[in-house]
Amino acid sequence: METDISLNNVTFAYKKQPILENATLTIPHREFASIVGPNGGGKSTLLKLLLGLLQPDKGEIQVFGTAPEKARQRMGYMPQYAHLDMTFPATVLDVVLMGRLKKSTFWFSKKDRKQALSAIETVDMAAFAHTGFNELSGGQKQRVLIARALSGRPDILLLDEPTANVDHETEENLFSILQDLNRKMTILVVSHDLGFVSKYVKTVICVNRQVVFHPTTLVEGTMIKDIYYGDLKMVRHDHRCSEGGHCRD
Amino acid sequence: MTTGAAKGAIAVIEFFQALVDPDNRFLAYAMAMGGLASIAFGIIGTFVTIKRISYLAGAISHSVFGGIGLALYLQVAMGITWFDPILGAVLAAVVSALVVGLVSIHAKEREDTIIGTLWAVGMACGILFIDKTPGYFSLSSYLFGDILLISHRDLVFVICLDVLIAGIVVLFFNRFFGVCFDTEFTLLRGINTTFFYLFLLVLTALTVVLLVRIVGIVLVIALLTIPPAIAGFYARRLWQMMLYSVLLCALFTWTGLGISYSLALSSGPTIIVLCGTVYLVLLAANKVVFTQNK
Repeated sequence: METDISLNNVTFAYKKQPILENATLTIPHREFASIVGPNGGGKSTLLKLLLGLLQPDKGEIQVFGTAPEKARQRMGYMPQYAHLDMTFPATVLDVVLMGRLKKSTFWFSKKDRKQALSAIETVDMAAFAHTGFNELSGGQKQRVLIARALSGRPDILLLDEPTANVDHETEENLFSILQDLNRKMTILVVSHDLGFVSKYVKTVICVNRQVVFHPTTLVEGTMIKDIYYGDLKMVRHDHRCSEGGHCRD
Repeated sequence: MTTGAAKGAIAVIEFFQALVDPDNRFLAYAMAMGGLASIAFGIIGTFVTIKRISYLAGAISHSVFGGIGLALYLQVAMGITWFDPILGAVLAAVVSALVVGLVSIHAKEREDTIIGTLWAVGMACGILFIDKTPGYFSLSSYLFGDILLISHRDLVFVICLDVLIAGIVVLFFNRFFGVCFDTEFTLLRGINTTFFYLFLLVLTALTVVLLVRIVGIVLVIALLTIPPAIAGFYARRLWQMMLYSVLLCALFTWTGLGISYSLALSSGPTIIVLCGTVYLVLLAANKVVFTQNK
């Protein structure tokens, strides 16, 4: 099996307290993994390390067998959209074309436009290509940002909370798009909603200073307890109650 | 009401007569300066507004005063005659743009305190230099601008700056767009975002120096940011916002100049009051429309 990403004993700290400690991880080609864990546990930090936006204090990270900075052109990144200016004057196409920015050229070519439009189509936003980005709903904006990440034709897609603040139906749509994309590329999704994503992804990467790798078949009570530090009640969606609810019988 | 309208019409006719009168060449210069400068202001002002760095532009413009003070001191007190105030202004603006830019990138937590300090220290240095310079200088023309003192040389400067800015922005439009909208993502696409951010600030600095001649140090920020703020109501794309800003800026400076000439008022403050009022009225009107639609 080809390896896309490997982390070897990686430790990283913003100040003194390490956010990640001795993280070791191997991600094979065409993996579809969800990165879960508590807030401040190091999920976004892990993504930023993979993109080479942060440098590890100890250990080594390789993406496609090279340093992350050198592999950036092959990675598509979707950041959390909360930090973007929502009054910025730009159409959907303008935003997606950013994914075609290159060091070597100043202006976008016909081919850049074509790739951007096809990425917009992939996320079902073709009708909105010339609509203002700031006129879209939260879920539509997230899809546009995924299209932006896709327009560079990446081999790995990294998404940071793509379904924050969107309703359940939008979330389902998004993940079925990702499932399709997974046939061609490796996908890592930071998510807060373990119960939901486990239906789609192949593996779950738990990040809370340590990094632990689980196949989704093993997502169960003890693991959830480890992640969230508390017992949880599982809600079953595949079970319908009778009309009057459950009676004590 | 009719007499008011008639008076207004007469004032307009008088203004245009004055404009073509060879004895009033200063007025034609001022109008040309206003129109030409609007190109640089509209383009750079749009970046300052969308990148939300008007605070940085404020610090740069106040540091310009330090440069002007230093130049006057060197020229008059030290006899270094080639050190023109405009040279001091350009030098101070570019240096402060780079310092302010690096501070805003690296000093995350103390950014506003450091920039506020640079702002005040730049201004204070200017006044101290002028204290030590023999002779009397009208500070108010630096602080509030005096478009009626525009010379032929200023017009040449502004044309050069327009060409420079328009050329650079056409060439690097997509990179500046990326840096303003999402710096991190742009960096990941292999673009040197720090370089383009500092480049943008240096262009802002040069534009501010130009602007100081027209509306003065204190009012610079208003003319740099108000036309783009209005343009932002109507523009859907970045280049549209720039185009509308350029047109609005020209409209405000021309109308403001006309009013200030007719009513014998200071030109800078007249322009600022005019565009500030239009902005606030439109803002209120938009708010009303929005609430009704909801």
